[in-house]
Amino acid sequence: MREDWLRNDRLPHIYCAGCGNGTIMNCVLEAVDKAGYERDNTVFLSGIGCSSRAPGYIETDSLHTTHGRALAFATGVKMAKPSLNVVVFTGDGDIAAIGGNHFIHACRRNIDLTVVCMNNHIYGMTGGQGSPTTPIGKTSTTTPYGAVEVPFDLVDLAVAAGANYVARWTSYHVTQLTEAVLNGLNTPGFSLIEVRCQCPTSYGRRNKFREPKDYMDFLRSHAVLKEKWERTAKPGEELPAESFLVGEFVRRARPVMGVADET
Amino acid sequence: MQGNIASAEGALAAGCNFFAGYPITPSTEIAEHMAARLPKRKGACFIQMEDEIASMAAIIGAAWTGARAMTATSGPGFSLMMENIGYAVMSETPCVIVNVQRGGPSTGQPTMAAQGDMMQVRFGSHGDYSIIALCPSSVQECFDLTAKAFNLADQFRTPVFLMADEVIGHMRERIDLPDEVMVIRPRPLPEGVLPFTPVDNGVPGFASFGTGRRIPVTGLTHNEQGYPDTTNPARHESLVRRLVSKIEDARHEIADFQVVNEDAAFIFVCYGAPVRTVQEVVDRRRVPDTGYLKLRIVWPFPEKLLQRFTNVRAFIVPEMNLGMISREIERHVQVPVIPIGKIGGELHTPEELIEAVHFAGGDA
Amino acid sequence: MRHEVRFSGFGGQGIILSAVILGRAAAIYDQKYAVQTQVYGPEARGGASMSAVIIDDEPILYPKVRNPDIFVIMSQQGFEKYGRNTRKDAMMLLDSDLVYDRPSCRWIGIPATGTAKKELGREIVANIIMLGALTGATTVVSEEALEKAILDSVPKGTEDLNIRAMKRGHELGKEDRKQ
Repeated sequence: MREDWLRNDRLPHIYCAGCGNGTIMNCVLEAVDKAGYERDNTVFLSGIGCSSRAPGYIETDSLHTTHGRALAFATGVKMAKPSLNVVVFTGDGDIAAIGGNHFIHACRRNIDLTVVCMNNHIYGMTGGQGSPTTPIGKTSTTTPYGAVEVPFDLVDLAVAAGANYVARWTSYHVTQLTEAVLNGLNTPGFSLIEVRCQCPTSYGRRNKFREPKDYMDFLRSHAVLKEKWERTAKPGEELPAESFLVGEFVRRARPVMGVADET
Repeated sequence: MQGNIASAEGALAAGCNFFAGYPITPSTEIAEHMAARLPKRKGACFIQMEDEIASMAAIIGAAWTGARAMTATSGPGFSLMMENIGYAVMSETPCVIVNVQRGGPSTGQPTMAAQGDMMQVRFGSHGDYSIIALCPSSVQECFDLTAKAFNLADQFRTPVFLMADEVIGHMRERIDLPDEVMVIRPRPLPEGVLPFTPVDNGVPGFASFGTGRRIPVTGLTHNEQGYPDTTNPARHESLVRRLVSKIEDARHEIADFQVVNEDAAFIFVCYGAPVRTVQEVVDRRRVPDTGYLKLRIVWPFPEKLLQRFTNVRAFIVPEMNLGMISREIERHVQVPVIPIGKIGGELHTPEELIEAVHFAGGDA
Repeated sequence: MRHEVRFSGFGGQGIILSAVILGRAAAIYDQKYAVQTQVYGPEARGGASMSAVIIDDEPILYPKVRNPDIFVIMSQQGFEKYGRNTRKDAMMLLDSDLVYDRPSCRWIGIPATGTAKKELGREIVANIIMLGALTGATTVVSEEALEKAILDSVPKGTEDLNIRAMKRGHELGKEDRKQ
């Protein structure tokens, strides 16, 4: 049961009311449990940010590391002891800004890690600054007139850099998310599961998604199933404004590193 | 054998089984040698990372699985490692970092020698802390001190630094390889004891990942369980004071040095490559009434050693920087301290040191 | 007796390897003390290359060459940098195919590059010819020790070529070619 994985003496957690991170943690723990992982052969790692507090609430060995570097630490853990199952929690600022280089190289090496990125489009812990995934026009404390930079697409990055499993869901799609994390855990090599999620305190408050429900409604109405879109879209047709694809983007068997030797 | 290769061989003899690194002159031979040797060792791993930030991160991750982990670099890479070195200090992760020093600041002189990182190694990451730094002055010491660095890292649960320099790293001399080297592993974490409770002179026991202790490791100020506790001033103070004192309190016990002509009037204090020039001048009696203190461990600085020189009229400190350790000496002694800082990439000549003795008032 | 041997030439000639071989011969096979050092720049090929070996019966404390008594010079640029102001009693072996000037100290011209190309078919062994010449012209290292150190250091399959180069160099070094 996923309750067994939590450090009850660490609760209550620091997440704001309505934050999507708790939901995502739940889905990940359910997937980890379903995958048959045990608390004593599983390590959770993270960098810095709201997402990165997650391992501290889970009762396993864990490394809460420096900003952006979780994947480099995870590379050390996994390469030194491939028999451990290694799961990384990260956020959009952590993985795409300060940790961007480690991200693409971990994908390229295809190290056997499962990475869950809680993408809320903003730096929540430091009070709402713009991130590399803040959409054009959205406001934050460092984009007070609306973001002008083109955001990264984390899924495209991971696919291009060589990861073996890449999926995107949202904190609304809990069933599909749990399934995707389980698929990531079961796919040897690097797995990225991007999870778009609500941050009512920082992103929502500044971008007309003040109530958690507002952003959940947005996620539900703007997430377009990749499979369906590919079936129905006319050639050259673009996604409607602010919509994004969800689903499984790649599942493949490129050469991997850090997989335990069965012999 | 070359100094850098001797460092790699010393690490291997000590049981190093994880190396993460990034190519940088003049340390690259260490990574190359490990790349050739580690894949032939069962369960060992060599990995070339995307930068030195990642190299430092990877050895910390590996160390928590129980590996004897090492990286090697030089100035610019060392600067990049600083944040994660602080993490290793805070999380009490045993690991070894070799810095084959070259001329700085910035890219400086990639192929020339220096000792300009002696303050950076001590104070380069943010916050209060202490570390252990060893300085080899021969190819033999590259081997011996690298092996020793692993033991100190495990004993004190701290990053330990081999602060070599380009002269020693690229020099070739004959060395004697011991049949085996002494290996001291960390004291195990006793049953029922929290993972960050000190059990041995301020040092906690160690349990590696995957052994059922479920340790939460963080760079945040944490309690003995490992849980973050960042706004409690008393918690922070007791943690950081312990991290400093577990090393500083042992500074005389772990001091590693050689004293020659204790009764002389002019005492050279030296470490690394300049030791060789000092030995040429003193051991070969090129100038009278001189002796030396050679430090193999520079940090923590064993200041009590300076008191044994009862006849000393001046301490002369040749360094390949503009005077770093000379200031540390200055704050512990009453007699004049004469820094002989030399930068540019070349070792002090015997004549330069003889001249320094004359300057200090010594006879020709 | 302390000998300081300075090698210089251009990158790619095996200037550093020559010093490593000489140091190995002295330290491992002649049971003397030896320290090998070098100065190098950013170039991997071309550019000036310098290396040095100190050989002594006593432990070597100061590891850097100060005032060499033996020079092995394999390029004009190397001569200009290190060969002009030698001590009077120094001995210089120079590759007479590549060095145009002559020093004020004793010297022997060894047509190493030409001999390597014409007689041995491989220009790359010119440095081994120079090492062989060193055993012909000086007593800094024994021929037996040098041979063993060369065999330790050269790629498999080239042992015979390198030993022939060393022996040819030894002969060239013995002839007094001073003009």
